[in-house]
Amino acid sequence: MIEVEHVSKVYGGRKAVDDISFSVKKGEILGFLGPNGAGKTTTMRILTCYMPATDGTARIAGYDVFDQSLEVRRRIGYLPENPPLYPEMTVDSYLNFAARIKGVRSGARKAQVGDAVEKCSLGDVRHRIIGRLSKGYKQRVGLAQALVGNPEVLILDEPTIGLDPRQIHEVRSLIKGLAEAHTVILSTHILPEVGMTCSRVVIINKGKVVAQDTPEGLAHQMKGAERISLTVEGPADAVREKILAVDGVLALQAEVRDQVSTCSVECRLGSDLRRVLARQIVDAGWGLLELRAVSLSLEDVFINLTTQE
Amino acid sequence: MQNILAIWQREMKSYFVSPIAYVVLTVFLFLFGLFFFGNLTEVVQYTTMMQAQFGQGGQPFDVPAYVTQQLMRTTSVILLFLIPMLTMGLFSEEKKRGTIELLLTTPVGNFQALMGKYLASLTFLAILLAAGALTLSPLFIYGRPDWKPILAAFLGMLLYGAALLALGLFVSTLTESQIVAVVITFGLGLLLWLVSVFASSATGAARDVINYLSVISHLDDFIKGVIDTSHIIYYVTFAFVGLFLAYRSLESMRWKG
Repeated sequence: MIEVEHVSKVYGGRKAVDDISFSVKKGEILGFLGPNGAGKTTTMRILTCYMPATDGTARIAGYDVFDQSLEVRRRIGYLPENPPLYPEMTVDSYLNFAARIKGVRSGARKAQVGDAVEKCSLGDVRHRIIGRLSKGYKQRVGLAQALVGNPEVLILDEPTIGLDPRQIHEVRSLIKGLAEAHTVILSTHILPEVGMTCSRVVIINKGKVVAQDTPEGLAHQMKGAERISLTVEGPADAVREKILAVDGVLALQAEVRDQVSTCSVECRLGSDLRRVLARQIVDAGWGLLELRAVSLSLEDVFINLTTQE
Repeated sequence: MQNILAIWQREMKSYFVSPIAYVVLTVFLFLFGLFFFGNLTEVVQYTTMMQAQFGQGGQPFDVPAYVTQQLMRTTSVILLFLIPMLTMGLFSEEKKRGTIELLLTTPVGNFQALMGKYLASLTFLAILLAAGALTLSPLFIYGRPDWKPILAAFLGMLLYGAALLALGLFVSTLTESQIVAVVITFGLGLLLWLVSVFASSATGAARDVINYLSVISHLDDFIKGVIDTSHIIYYVTFAFVGLFLAYRSLESMRWKG
């Protein structure tokens, strides 16, 4: 549905986006993750035909964003970082205007606007002036604007910013619900959001794609080594020796307090040493207080990927 | 066409929900009415004075024509001040609010956005002039003025306004600030107005060129009731150049980002 090939964008000598390639299949929700200034917004602006790429091509539904921009624009709904609202308009007239410029026929307009209003739960504020709404409502009006006209592809730049936790939850489930009929790209710097809503993640940093996978796959791929957390009651030096002697253990970091050592054991990839370690400790007559496999959270992955030089 | 209409409608509504429309209308009508009254009393005083001196058999004198001609000259100055207010927000506000991102990522083309906005400002100008024309109604109630020259004068005003609006629209694409837009538009308008000052010191072709450029020199024939195609061509060309520059400026915005 969306194909991005070797896209670059140069801003006054600086590469904001550097040779990015990825693709999104129909019905997928792609999370676009990166620290501030990584090039998320720029990439989205290229996809929405707001600005042309310096290099490379991008296609949406088979149409080139540069050569067939009108066809592309007919098929996308876009929520920019700052929702593009006219503060003096009412929610209803604004959404009608949006529907109109997106080419929704006058007969279908009422139903389309009503639909978007309902999806974003804006029923209460329909006839109020946008300028007087709270930030959360404004954000949702912006989202409703993107949904109006029922576009095939939705490009949402930080859709949950400025919302309270309950609204964030609502918007996330709304976006999840959209995946059946739409293809969605959403950018965010909130990590749990990606894990919760997206079927695939692209992490970019300094304009470059540093990783792309499913959220789970990404966490797995980053591990490189299995890690086991252990808390053992026993003589610290003996415990240390014993664990390091186990085949497959690569390294050990221990924190000792009284007779209790809290260890983080790094093991060879693919080996599950939990059983072996447990038996060794129990056989030695020490107390096994805790034993668990540690998996890296998406957050660790993100920090790992975006902080290394 | 649908898109142009949609943009036009939104822009018209936005004029009338903001104070701008009412302020501009009020100021225009106040000044227009004041000068109308002033010109009228001046003529009345003048004629009564002449009558007192020479009796009834004086020179025939077309009062409505004199009054409207004077008034139109003043009006052109008033418009020079007010027109920048009508165009200052057209694109600069969209840029500031980020709504330009909505316009340029929907199937609305640059051209359609431009035309919708230009036509809205033109419509507002027409409303302004129509309201001014209503102010002249006493002339028709108490006399029988020749309406054709008056109509020609209003046509001239509309063309002159259309040219300045296109200029203002272009300037508004250049900046995010309405204040900057209004000052630059006014400055350029004033420059094109006063450029004829330089004509007196120039000679030959240069003089003709300068005189031709002057935005005001083309208005005088209209005010006198003469519709000359060359003047129409001047204003239409002026407006066209303004719109073309605005179009180009919108295009370039994309590239600059």
